[in-house]
Amino acid sequence: MSAKRTFRVWRGGGDGDLAQYEVEVNEGEVVLDVLHRLQATQAPDLAVRWNCKAGKCGSCSMEINGRPRLSCMTRMNTFAPNETVTVTPMRTFPVIRDLVCDVSYNYAKAREIPSFTPPEDAGPEGYRMAQEDVQRSQEFRKCIECFLCNNVCHVIRDHEENKEHFSGPRFLMRVAELEMHPEDTADRRMIAQDEFGLGYCNITKCCTEVCPEGIKITDNALIPLKERVAGRRYDPVVWLGSKIGLRGRDADTPRVPNTRPNDGGPPLP
Amino acid sequence: MTSTLPPPEAAGWKRARIAQRTLRTDRWWSGPVWTVLGLTAFLVYGLARALQQDHYWVAEYHYLTPFYSPCLAGQCFEEAAVFGRLPWDFPWFLPFAAVSLPFLLLFRLTCYYYRKAYYRAFWQSPTACAVREPHGRYTGETRFPLILQNLHRYFFYIALAISLLNTYDALIALFHGENGGFGIGVGNLVLLANVVLLWCYTLSCHSCRHVVGGRLRSFSRSPARYRMWTAVSKLNTRHMLFAWVTLASLVLTDLYVALVAGGVLTDLRLLN
Amino acid sequence: MSEKSETNRTLRYGYDVVVIGAGGAGLRAAIEARQQGKRTAVISKSLFGKAHTVMAEGGAAAALGNVNDADSWQVHFRDTLRGGKFMNDPRMAELHAKEAPERILELERWGALFDRTADGRISQRNFGGHEYPRLAHVGDRTGLELIRTLQQRVVQLQQADAAELGDPEAMLRVFAETTVTDLLLDRGGPDGPRISGAAGYTRATGEPVVFEAPAVVLATGGIGKSFKVTSNSWEYTGDGHALALRAGATLLNMEFVQFHPTGMVWPPSVKGILVTESVRGDGGVLRNSEGERFMFRYVPEVFAAQYAETEEEADGWYTDPAGHRRPPELLPRDEVARAINNEVKEGRGSPHGGVFLDIASRLPAEEVMRRLPSMHHQFKELADVDITAEPMEVGPTCHYVMGGVEVDADTCAALVPGLFAAGEVAGGMHGSNRLGGNSLSDLLVFGRRSGLGAAAYLDGLGGDRPAVDPDDEAAALARLSAPLERETGEGPYALHQELQQTMNDLVGIIRRGPEIEQALEALDKLADRVASVRAEGGRAYNPGWHLALDLPNMLLVSEVIARAALERTESRGGHTRDDHPGMSAEWRKVNLVASLTGSGGARLRRQPLQAPRPDLLELFEREELAKYLTEEELPSGGPADTPLKEER
Repeated sequence: MSAKRTFRVWRGGGDGDLAQYEVEVNEGEVVLDVLHRLQATQAPDLAVRWNCKAGKCGSCSMEINGRPRLSCMTRMNTFAPNETVTVTPMRTFPVIRDLVCDVSYNYAKAREIPSFTPPEDAGPEGYRMAQEDVQRSQEFRKCIECFLCNNVCHVIRDHEENKEHFSGPRFLMRVAELEMHPEDTADRRMIAQDEFGLGYCNITKCCTEVCPEGIKITDNALIPLKERVAGRRYDPVVWLGSKIGLRGRDADTPRVPNTRPNDGGPPLP
Repeated sequence: MTSTLPPPEAAGWKRARIAQRTLRTDRWWSGPVWTVLGLTAFLVYGLARALQQDHYWVAEYHYLTPFYSPCLAGQCFEEAAVFGRLPWDFPWFLPFAAVSLPFLLLFRLTCYYYRKAYYRAFWQSPTACAVREPHGRYTGETRFPLILQNLHRYFFYIALAISLLNTYDALIALFHGENGGFGIGVGNLVLLANVVLLWCYTLSCHSCRHVVGGRLRSFSRSPARYRMWTAVSKLNTRHMLFAWVTLASLVLTDLYVALVAGGVLTDLRLLN
Repeated sequence: MSEKSETNRTLRYGYDVVVIGAGGAGLRAAIEARQQGKRTAVISKSLFGKAHTVMAEGGAAAALGNVNDADSWQVHFRDTLRGGKFMNDPRMAELHAKEAPERILELERWGALFDRTADGRISQRNFGGHEYPRLAHVGDRTGLELIRTLQQRVVQLQQADAAELGDPEAMLRVFAETTVTDLLLDRGGPDGPRISGAAGYTRATGEPVVFEAPAVVLATGGIGKSFKVTSNSWEYTGDGHALALRAGATLLNMEFVQFHPTGMVWPPSVKGILVTESVRGDGGVLRNSEGERFMFRYVPEVFAAQYAETEEEADGWYTDPAGHRRPPELLPRDEVARAINNEVKEGRGSPHGGVFLDIASRLPAEEVMRRLPSMHHQFKELADVDITAEPMEVGPTCHYVMGGVEVDADTCAALVPGLFAAGEVAGGMHGSNRLGGNSLSDLLVFGRRSGLGAAAYLDGLGGDRPAVDPDDEAAALARLSAPLERETGEGPYALHQELQQTMNDLVGIIRRGPEIEQALEALDKLADRVASVRAEGGRAYNPGWHLALDLPNMLLVSEVIARAALERTESRGGHTRDDHPGMSAEWRKVNLVASLTGSGGARLRRQPLQAPRPDLLELFEREELAKYLTEEELPSGGPADTPLKEER
């Protein structure tokens, strides 16, 4: 069972345009299959980034009819029979060509976050951690780094100037993951707010809406992290306690040095 | 022929220049529209009722609407004032429950769900996912006044106290039957249902989830708190639902009390 | 477009160690090389963290003994040899079994979060061919956890360099979306040609790039994209195999290609995508169109003692493994794949040409959701099938190549000085058939060893660093541009499909001599067409061009597979000859070693494979050994039934 469908596909770089194609679509296919057919039949140099074709690697992120999606997980039968399908690259990142974006912003942000910091005296036998201790962070480690959450987040999608100060849901979730790791000893609450821009997040939940892994980014990572930051920093009782010496001083972990353009790190794309 | 600079990163790539605000083809604007209508309706109703200074008390069955609890003004019915009355009458612009309503409002105003709802629907930041927002600049909750959203957990503590008071109101009404002593009317059921829903909303709060256990790194060392956290987490997944349902239940409860107090409705008694 | 002018620029870098491939093995190798103080580059065809390793679902096999403390490295070794039908390099299998537990624990110290046992240790699951629950896992996304952990370890090392040296990329840099097309040699080395670097291009801009490095670690993974139905991603074009051959190294036993028994068969666009073996490990059973649980009919004699004969006995095993024999669904992959193939061939297949894999009637829906979340997700999203309510349709899919670059077990060094290989691209470890779960542990064990090997090689060089031969470099860069510059020639997509169809039909899961000869003829004809393949468009992110450059690799590897498959006239593990169905003890002693001919084709040489050391042979009963080894190889006189030494 096959039929001709109309596809509008972004061609070129940032100044490119939508090109229209009539292309055959068979039963059971996803948008990525159709793009591959375009490559094989009409546009051999159509740039598409993809790997596993099973929703596990997070490479084929793009925007399909305006919605950030993995093209390998967007079945053609989710569209109306005569609906034109419009495919554009992610809007938040610079376009290399066609549907492929330069996503190095994400890798730069990943590098700023202090890594897992186990206790010095860990024995050779491996950690003793209960399932309930690891399951919160395990949810976040399901992340396939498709960067759709960072793409959809209006903080940087609509405000390029915020990119320097905001790590995006993906990497705020990474901070939350480490803060909930039972064997981690660092304290990233202050830098979550000051360096990674947690305060920019207004919990409008688009990251959660687009996550192809169904991770509850907002409810399980960002809001708990906001609460932790509030406890460290905006809680008047805590503040008073530390002022009058009832609480020990918190040992805040600093951001990793030399990982930003202004402190010697490589330039942000 | 060969050079090592510049590195390939500096290729001058730009974002896709797409003029349309969004390429979404679904009805992405319908959610925000319903949110605006719903929240506005509640606020208008709530304000009108809070300023009405009447029809809040059914003396016969001891029904007090949550919009007037605790009733503190000098002109409150004596029996309706759990904590007693202040020695002066409130002017027209001061609700009788002036000590609780602002905090309840703040609790909801700083609630993580409502924040999402009004940031999207009223502030359009963003109106819907992948729809360009109409603001030139955005600083989110990094500075005053929105940085005060971080005080949510204190409003939660106060809301907890007010929920206790509402529970007291609902329970005490059970002991004011038609002939004195225990009795149940439709009004009691309405008050009780409302209180149960208020608890669901209050306890499903994200701050509550943090306080009961979420802030711990290790659950296995605090099994009791882990159980509490698990229970709150289950409720928390329905926080949005409770947020809307309690708006409705507050309005319905208040309306019921108002109609009975105003003599429009007669409370149907099921038992005494 | 003025794209031609970009060719004026060649990016040049100098490193101590260049690792080609950023999957599990490549990252582990790079981490080790950097930890040994070497300046290291990791080159990846994809983005950082997208490697095919993320597709590994079941787990990483390591005899930690957390779930059953009877497990030990000896038992793991024994299982590995049984699975590989004694064709394994015994030293590699030994190192693998011994070192895997430490490699897993090391991941945990780098932040990995495996599923836990009730007492808080790493949980382990059952898997085909493993005697005890042995696979450390995270739900059914273990490969993702492994890649992410290694990726984050790379970042952690970069952070240390940023703090100490001021530049995060001072010692360890990832070149994402960069493809290596040639290894460069220094032909003036004291012991003949040796590695001096690598040349390739960046995918984003198409710029040529040259790495000068005395040591290159190949970690490019497999060859699956030479076959039509495969679980492998587009990257699996046999680059490392081809690079090694062209640099003068050798490939071992390339006829052994593993067809995973359970790939999706419908819809057509996802045909081949893997359905994890954990489905069977957790209770899933295979049925044919008549509803028969057919695997009981396919237990081969060598395994008869370990597998159940009735459904009752098999079902008891899931709850009481000590008191029951294993269900036959958990036979090694080659056996199950052949069984499914046969059921379909004899007309008892499912509507779309597979068989039914049923977990829905075996476990409650919540349990399926908890244990197999990503399988549920995959079928729901891709096939619109709810696996908690209906059976899946599955069939064999090309999954893994056991053959690969011939390396030294301890250092992972290939025959060419300076060249190392680890992971799927290396040969020997898995013999004729790999056990599920052994690839993730293989990556870690030999990834690390290759990094150590490369570092030691560098230390041995002293000041005598090899130089890039300018002619070599010029030739490599000319090859890069050729497909773009041709005015005529076929496009790469159709050629690729033809190659895949040829290999699938003629050198697939069941092979016959005449068909393989036919394949070789077809490949020969394809070679001329591939030599004149044309890519339209410019250099910037042009997938057609990329494929055109990958095609010669796939073609060369396909030829080696076909030649080896024709040569080995027996059936063993991942090599089934319809015309030579038996397993021969004489052939067990023979490694088929491929090298390049002067004309760019491949030739084979027979090389003896020694039997395992006597102390390792003692792990087996003489009766079992007699099924694999020749009379002379069997241990003489010694106690044939020495009980297994438990050494932990």
